[in-house]
Amino acid sequence: MALRTPPLRGRHEEAGGSFTDFGGWEMPVEFAGIRTEHEAVREAVGIFDVSHMGEVEVYGPDATKLMQRLTTNDVTELSPGDSQYACITDEEGVILDDTVVYRRPDEGETPTYLFVPNAGHEDWMVDRWTDHRDEWGLDATVDDRTEEYAMFAVQGPDAVDHVREATENGSEVASLSRFTAATATVAGADCLVARTGYTGEDGFELVVPWDAAADVWDAFDGVEPCGLGARDTLRLEAGLLLSGQDFHHEENPRTPYEAGIGFTVKLDTEFVGRDALEAQKEQGVDEKLVGIRLVDRGIPRHGYDVTDTDGDVVGTVTSGTMSPTLDEPIGLAYVPTDLADPETMLRVVVRERPKKAVVEPLPFYER
Amino acid sequence: MSFETPDDRQYNESHEWALRDGDTVRVGISDFAQDELGDVVFVELPDVGEDVTQDEAFGVIESIKAVSDLYAPVSGEVTAVNEDLFDAPEMVNEDPFGDGWMLEIAIEDESELDELLSADEYTDQVA
Repeated sequence: MALRTPPLRGRHEEAGGSFTDFGGWEMPVEFAGIRTEHEAVREAVGIFDVSHMGEVEVYGPDATKLMQRLTTNDVTELSPGDSQYACITDEEGVILDDTVVYRRPDEGETPTYLFVPNAGHEDWMVDRWTDHRDEWGLDATVDDRTEEYAMFAVQGPDAVDHVREATENGSEVASLSRFTAATATVAGADCLVARTGYTGEDGFELVVPWDAAADVWDAFDGVEPCGLGARDTLRLEAGLLLSGQDFHHEENPRTPYEAGIGFTVKLDTEFVGRDALEAQKEQGVDEKLVGIRLVDRGIPRHGYDVTDTDGDVVGTVTSGTMSPTLDEPIGLAYVPTDLADPETMLRVVVRERPKKAVVEPLPFYER
Repeated sequence: MSFETPDDRQYNESHEWALRDGDTVRVGISDFAQDELGDVVFVELPDVGEDVTQDEAFGVIESIKAVSDLYAPVSGEVTAVNEDLFDAPEMVNEDPFGDGWMLEIAIEDESELDELLSADEYTDQVA
């Protein structure tokens, strides 16, 4: 099947980008080099094309009810312009997807929600939303906007200056607090500009009309273009999860409590999977996602076995890399709860050789 | 993009180079290979005294994003290893044909050298 392409595919190629298949999209993985891009975001500012992320809009008289019953967080806490991180779970409380839910600042008479499924998940999520809407007899419209919007992330300590400069109502967006959004004009285009991101840095995400993508991208001329390679090392240092790798509803089914994102679960709301999650919260989890750092030479990678100090396999690395900021080999792994405390010694099996590793508190890096 | 391919040495299809110096060859990876890998962050090499076999893996190189095997251009005993790479693996990116060398192998069978690519042949392969 042909890969889907972001609107700036040609522009990225001219800028020296190399590409990878990410959720069915041909996305830039690297421009000047992962380390250079990673450091730009930690120390100054970088811009990512994340147009592979889905965008689904939900509106109508029962939009709030539908969102509330299909996401784990409490959408009634959202005022216009607010956003929240949430999970979408099945009846067993297993994470199907993680997402950010925005309540649009420019909504009509009833709330309009925009949520951002992971790459390639928007069809699945639209089906889930419309099937449940029909089953529950709710009055809400669900629109897939994925190919109407590009999405860019401007991240790093200097992001606020660049976003202020690039937007017509710059002082308004510069004063946005974390997880709030405003409609703003960038390069003549109406965009949703939100103080969100997935790098562990201050920054913004811009939801941009597809046709205006090039003009908006150019408004950040001089900002280091970054690929998904750097996004992966940045998010891992920040202890943020990668869908499909740190959880997958079939290959690695995990609940929010196991994955360390129990804060997205509001048990006083009604949603699919609530009862299972309430039971798990009462009983406690058998396994938890932890940070690990290799003490011996080597790099933990996705799929490597984790053992206890006796050599018995107790878990698997879900993400791993050499941290560019810390210059340490770090990773994420699910291990039994009794081995999840910081400073617990473990082993990661690298090419059949057990390497000493230690459990580290998450996040590895905090600004 | 054009890559450096010095013609004083020979190449493996799998992107290692072999530079003959008397009875030994010095081994590293090509400019093309280091560029493809991206930022090199880890190198695993054999110990001096171990034997390696032509076209079989002698070690591993890891960039931030990927893990790749390294293949021996000739068979023989390892006579030297560039231990500086353990602390400064980025030298493979910075100077793949010089300070980023990996090991030296005592040549066992001269005829194995005939199976390697010339600089021109290798350039054609990666073009």
